This record gives sequence, C-alpha cells and structure tokens, in this order.
Amino acid sequence: MKLIEARGLQVTLGEHPVLQGVDFHVDPGEIVTIVGPNGSGKSTLLRTLIGAVKPQAGKVTRKPGLRLGYVPQKLQIDATLPLTVARFLSLPHRISRAEGRAALEEAGAGALEGRPMSGLSGGQFQRVLLARAILGKPEVLLLDEPTQGLDQPGSAAFYRQIEQIRARLGCAVVMVSHELHVVMSASDRVVCLNGHVCCQGHPETVAQAAEYRALFGTGTHGALALYRHEHTHTHDHGHDHAHDHGHDHSHHDHAGHGH
Amino acid sequence: MLDDFLVRAALAGLGLALAAAPLGCFVSWRRMANFGDATAHAAILGVALSLALSLPVFAGTLFVALVMAVLVGALSERGLGIDTVLGVLAHGALAIGLVAITFVPGARLDLSAYLFGDILAVTKSDLLVIWGGAALVLALLLWRWQALLTATLSPDLAHASGIDPRLESRVLTVALALTVAVAIKVVGVLLIGAMLLIPAAAARPFARTPEAMALTAAGIGGVSALAGLEGALLFDTPAGPSMVCAATLIFAVTASLGALRARR
Repeated sequence: MKLIEARGLQVTLGEHPVLQGVDFHVDPGEIVTIVGPNGSGKSTLLRTLIGAVKPQAGKVTRKPGLRLGYVPQKLQIDATLPLTVARFLSLPHRISRAEGRAALEEAGAGALEGRPMSGLSGGQFQRVLLARAILGKPEVLLLDEPTQGLDQPGSAAFYRQIEQIRARLGCAVVMVSHELHVVMSASDRVVCLNGHVCCQGHPETVAQAAEYRALFGTGTHGALALYRHEHTHTHDHGHDHAHDHGHDHSHHDHAGHGH
Repeated sequence: MLDDFLVRAALAGLGLALAAAPLGCFVSWRRMANFGDATAHAAILGVALSLALSLPVFAGTLFVALVMAVLVGALSERGLGIDTVLGVLAHGALAIGLVAITFVPGARLDLSAYLFGDILAVTKSDLLVIWGGAALVLALLLWRWQALLTATLSPDLAHASGIDPRLESRVLTVALALTVAVAIKVVGVLLIGAMLLIPAAAARPFARTPEAMALTAAGIGGVSALAGLEGALLFDTPAGPSMVCAATLIFAVTASLGALRARR
C-alpha cells in the first residue's frame, strides 16, 4: 500500500500556477528525491503532501493515521518567543529528557538541549529540526532542502544520517534538494519537477533523460560525473560527455571532490 | 470583604491581568497587536449597541468583539498588506463606535468610563463576569496550549503533526473577544491592547521558555494592576491608565536590564 498518493495536483498560489497535473506517490521505506530548478514547485509539492496547501484540483490520499515528520526549508521564530531546543522538541507532543537527548544524538546535533533556538548556527538548527521530525517515529520523513547552509562534507554527513535514520525507523524519505550529486546517489527514485513531472525513475535513468538534461544541462555536468564516478568506478569521466558540454574545467573541479 | 470597593477593584484588576498577560504572549509571538487593537476598539460599538438595546454591556461588547475578531481573522488568512487593513479597522471601529454612542441618550456623559475603564465602580456581579471570563480564557489557553504553540511556531509544522492551525487561530480569536469584553470595565477599550502586550513584552528578557514567559507576564500584569491602583489612590489619578503606567515602568526596567545583560 502506498503511504501517500497524489493525483492530478493543481496548485495556484496567488495568480501564479505552481503545479499542474502532478502525480506523485511514496512507497514504504523508499528514498525519493525531488529535483527541479528554482520556482519549479518543489516546496509547494511537499507542503501539499503534508496538507498545508490545498490543491485547486486533484487529491492527496494518505494512509489513514500516517505519521509524518516534516523538516521545513526555513523556520522563522519570532524574536519575542523564547524557546530552548528541549522545549522545541516537545512540540506538539511532550517528550522526556532522555528521548530528546537520544533524538538530538541521532540527528547528529549533540547536547544542545539547553540552548535557545535563536542562538543556533544554520547547521545546528537543521539538525534540531531533523531531531524533532524523527521524535514522532514518522512513517514518512519529508525534508525541504535540508542541507542548505552546510558545506559539502557537512551535507554529505547529513545525508548519511538520513540513511541511518531510515534504516532504523524503516521510514520512507521524501527530499527536496538542489545538491543533485550527493542526493542522487542516495536516492531510490528521483522525480524531476518543473511545474509538472518532467521525468522520474531510477537516478541513473533520470540523469540520462532528455527532459532532465534540458533543465539541468551544464549546471549538473560535474555533479553527474561525480555520481557516475562513485557508482561505476570508471575514471574516464573527463571525456565522458565533454562533447555535449564545453565546461571541462568545472567538471573536473567537481569530480575532484570524489577522490 | 467584597463590600469594600477597593478590594473589588483590586480583584478585578488581578482577574484581568491573569488572563490578559498569557494571551498577550500569543498576541506578541504571532504579531497580532493590531488585531488586538481592532477587536478592542470595536468594543465601543458594542457598548453603544448594549446601551441602545438595554443589554448588559458585557453581552454587547462580547458580541461585537467576536464579530470583529472573526472578520479580522478571516482577513488575516488572506495574507498580504494585512497590517494596513487592520490599522484601518482598528481606528475606523473606534471612530464609528464613538459617533454611534452619541446617539444613545445619556451615554455621552460617561463615555470616558468606557474608553479608560471605571475600575473603582466594579460591582460584585461585574467581578463574577470578570473572573468567569478570565477563567474561561485561561482554560482555553491551557487546553490548547501545545497545539497553539506549534501553530504559532509554524503553520506547516502544525499541519504535518495533524494540527489545523486555522482552528487554533479561532481559539485565540474567541479568547481575545472574551478578554476584551471582560477588560472594558477595568481599563476601557483604549488600553486593553496595553494590558495584553506590555506585561508580555516586560517578561520577555528573562524568559527562556514560552511557559516561563506566560507565567512571568501574568505576575507582572498582576503587580501592575495592584501598583497602578495604589498609585491612583495616592496621586488621585485615573486607575486604568495608572495600571498601564505601572506596567510600562516595569517594562522599562526589565528591557534595560535585558539590554545590559546582553551587552556583557
């Protein structure tokens, strides 16, 4: 049984049509990554899946009683609202000190319980958000650009943490990301979105798709090479698609991180 | 004991402060100050209505405040530019109420009692209404506390946890209307917003959690009410504004201490 199934979603925010005829589903335990250019409706799709946005047409069906863990892209806490990390973790369900500490540990945040939320760095904040999301023992974990503000090793570590969490909780993971190279290697399925679903499938398949290349062309050139490099262990990435793009140097720069 | 007008006044001030301060924390966290003012100012229209129809003032103001709060709440959900619209509504409601009340024979005489409160004239039945209303507001807040906080923090996080943030907004709307209806006798329509916001703002620098802030705010509100009353007797000043003065003084002190501590 699918955990979440969306059919024919149409969402208009203000005057602007954001999603049109989007079908989407989440199977138990899979990692789905939504990629797409800025303004392609990735965040809106996530927010529609959690019920925060009402689609003008189409329907989102969730397994009855489905437990969701949501990590928003941004969380602006009003300066007049005092909130420690421990208190934040206890929303909306009260949790024990030990549970809070364990969740922080698992999210890689360390002992931050007593700190005010306003005093956290970007990376710490993201990990605290993740800790709160896993406290509810989610069946689906939804993350909206969870690694923004992290450097490359930081985001790689973050994704490893996500995989461990999935392994322990057995939850499905839906991620929105712009870091294709890291994300794609960790995904079971990639959905390429640009107002509508351009293409989807196994990461390798999507990376080859013409629709995907039309959208991401040069931008992911190096990223794809890295992805392939890690997975096929060939070392000819420099020549692999030099013929369809002319950015060999950036390509090498990116690929260099894999070594 | 309740036969002493001063005891009744003190109890009325305390009752209002205990409910208004924690609610005021939400008003502050959610940036609803204008929302509160619009609802409070509209209450003067409720006074006019009550006097014209010979209804209890509490009933009329509660009704109008509720209508205004629902209206404003619906507008807020539409989003953008709401600040200006709320400002228009707040001042417009006050002006319309003031004009409307002049059509009610005799009401013009004690207009200032409705604008600034008349706490020294609080009767035993007023006390019952004030404490009943305050208890209801506190009960609502306590009952919904976790969901209210989650929805205040982020509507999206609330949705993901199965909480409907619009429902929580309604809870606050009702609590606000109740507070306005209760407060009109104590501080009047013009200073209700002050009793909501100032204790909350004064509590902020020394609170680490929302609960601590709400409790501190309630304490500061209570102290302000009593100190204001005391000052009013001592200096022969109007009681409602004196209470707000006391709260403002406390705010000045805590804000300065907070700023000093932050600099170290």
